[in-house]
Amino acid sequence: MKEIWIYAEVREDRVNEVAYELLTRALDLKGKLEDSIISAVLMGRNIPDADKQELIKRGADRVYYVDNPLLKDFVVEPYSKVLIELINRYKPEIIIAPATTQGRTLMPYTAVRLQTGLTADCTGLDIDEAGNLLQTRPAIGGNVMATIRTSTRPQMATVRPHSTRPAPIDESREGEVIEVDVSLTEEDAPVKKLEYLKDKTQVVTVQDADIVVSGGRGIGRADNFKIVYRLAELLGGAVGASRDVVDRGWITYPHQVGLSGKTVNPKVYIALGISGSIQHLAGMQTSETIIAINKDPDAQIFRVSDLGIVGDLHEVVPVLIERLEALKNEI
Amino acid sequence: MRIIIPIKQVPETSNVKMDPETGTMVREGVESIINPLDLYSIELGIRLKEQYGGEIIVVSMGPPKAQEALREAIAMGCDDAVLLTDRFFAGADTFATSYTLTKAMEKLKPFDLIICGERATDGDTAQVGPGLAALLGLPLSTFTSRIELEDGCIKATRLIEGGYEVLSLPTPALVTVVKEISDPRLPTLRGKQKAKKLEIKKWTAQDMEADTAKTGLKGSPTRVVKTFNPKVAREGKLIEVKDEKTLAQAVDEIISLLKEKAAI
Repeated sequence: MKEIWIYAEVREDRVNEVAYELLTRALDLKGKLEDSIISAVLMGRNIPDADKQELIKRGADRVYYVDNPLLKDFVVEPYSKVLIELINRYKPEIIIAPATTQGRTLMPYTAVRLQTGLTADCTGLDIDEAGNLLQTRPAIGGNVMATIRTSTRPQMATVRPHSTRPAPIDESREGEVIEVDVSLTEEDAPVKKLEYLKDKTQVVTVQDADIVVSGGRGIGRADNFKIVYRLAELLGGAVGASRDVVDRGWITYPHQVGLSGKTVNPKVYIALGISGSIQHLAGMQTSETIIAINKDPDAQIFRVSDLGIVGDLHEVVPVLIERLEALKNEI
Repeated sequence: MRIIIPIKQVPETSNVKMDPETGTMVREGVESIINPLDLYSIELGIRLKEQYGGEIIVVSMGPPKAQEALREAIAMGCDDAVLLTDRFFAGADTFATSYTLTKAMEKLKPFDLIICGERATDGDTAQVGPGLAALLGLPLSTFTSRIELEDGCIKATRLIEGGYEVLSLPTPALVTVVKEISDPRLPTLRGKQKAKKLEIKKWTAQDMEADTAKTGLKGSPTRVVKTFNPKVAREGKLIEVKDEKTLAQAVDEIISLLKEKAAI
């Protein structure tokens, strides 16, 4: 029996939704890989049972759960130690993790210690005729797709968040939660987490949001970002920005989308006054739907847009906001 | 403080041209530059040196041409440079790269801090920094946006999904940094002169006692089996706003698309 593992990412003591997206991937792979099961690896401290059951209801046949005070917060050293011990014990065929800051820290740290291959930020996973994992990812700023195969085991990959929908709940599913005891000492956790400074200025941040509304130089000045915020708020989305406006100090760096900022993959990306440099496109062009508003009909952003509005965003956006507010009031 | 900064030479991708026939990148005439995200790690290193004294050694794995990137780092203010160059290193994936750089770091011991850029803009994996920390057994902070030195420990602020978190790391340690950490300076004239004169050390697999079964293409557990063009499934509808009517039409289109995508 071959095990397909997903890393069930935990944030603030709860399983994060990205884990359920990985279950969608794993269910697809399970259908293509003979005699395989899906196991979720869950580490933390006092994770609610409901979360473990939800992993099962969304597709996991097994949940390996390791509970330890030293696993309360994600810190790579003890997390990697536990993951390696689990891997050595249960010998999975495939391990996938989200390409989040956690996954992109834990997986490379773990893979090199196991002397196995790892593919970053995949947007497609498949199984070939010989049963190997085929890992497809954007390369060269998203201009080319590359498919990669791993000759060693386990085959490891991180998967771009939001590149699939979360697996739905199926109440009839059954599975088992296996509590695994892994001994950890203080020496295994040399790095201490001192504090967490949550971004309270918005409900979701660009990496997590289903909808991102981004502003570029066409916004005109820092103060004008309030219409970007308002539109994002109405849509329940996050505020993004081009590098240019971050460098001008109109908005802070965590909002930056693109090569030297964050790569995002929301359901809808709305680009306001963004010309669409190749660096910006690299950070958002895999978004499911792209809407752009820009004065310049030749703006590069229109090349990747599903809907492009050639016009002054200061004319269009206020009308859009008005309409959305009216729609909201109807409900 | 003795600081090591691994850097990479990458193709200048800001003006990448794609061959419309084959869909592959046109490599002719593409300039090579320092990975733009390595400029932030170099700048951080120089600031730490200015504050606490010490030296910075930049290391790069690549063909002889990659020494240009090392010279640029020297021109910015780094002190010494090592180029890891050997035909056995060619075609390395992130595992083989992490291994090869680890062998170099072992030879450069003792050091207090290794600073890496978050990722290189060509491979875009962000895997080598964490890989290096794991193989060297160094405490690690990734996506670091600020560091302070406190009682021999490094206080690192990381940019994560919901905000920032602060870690305390004993030294020696490895941090990978994001753009927010610093604003890179330009090379100075004096730096450029130094860079021109500096003899860059060149290390081969043998010099580092590296096992060539773990370097280069041969030592790489991952292989690219296929490349293809991304599907362009964009509708590409354009609406020009010229008057009240087209403005209303544009807003209607946006709203109906948002509705279709269940965004509202």
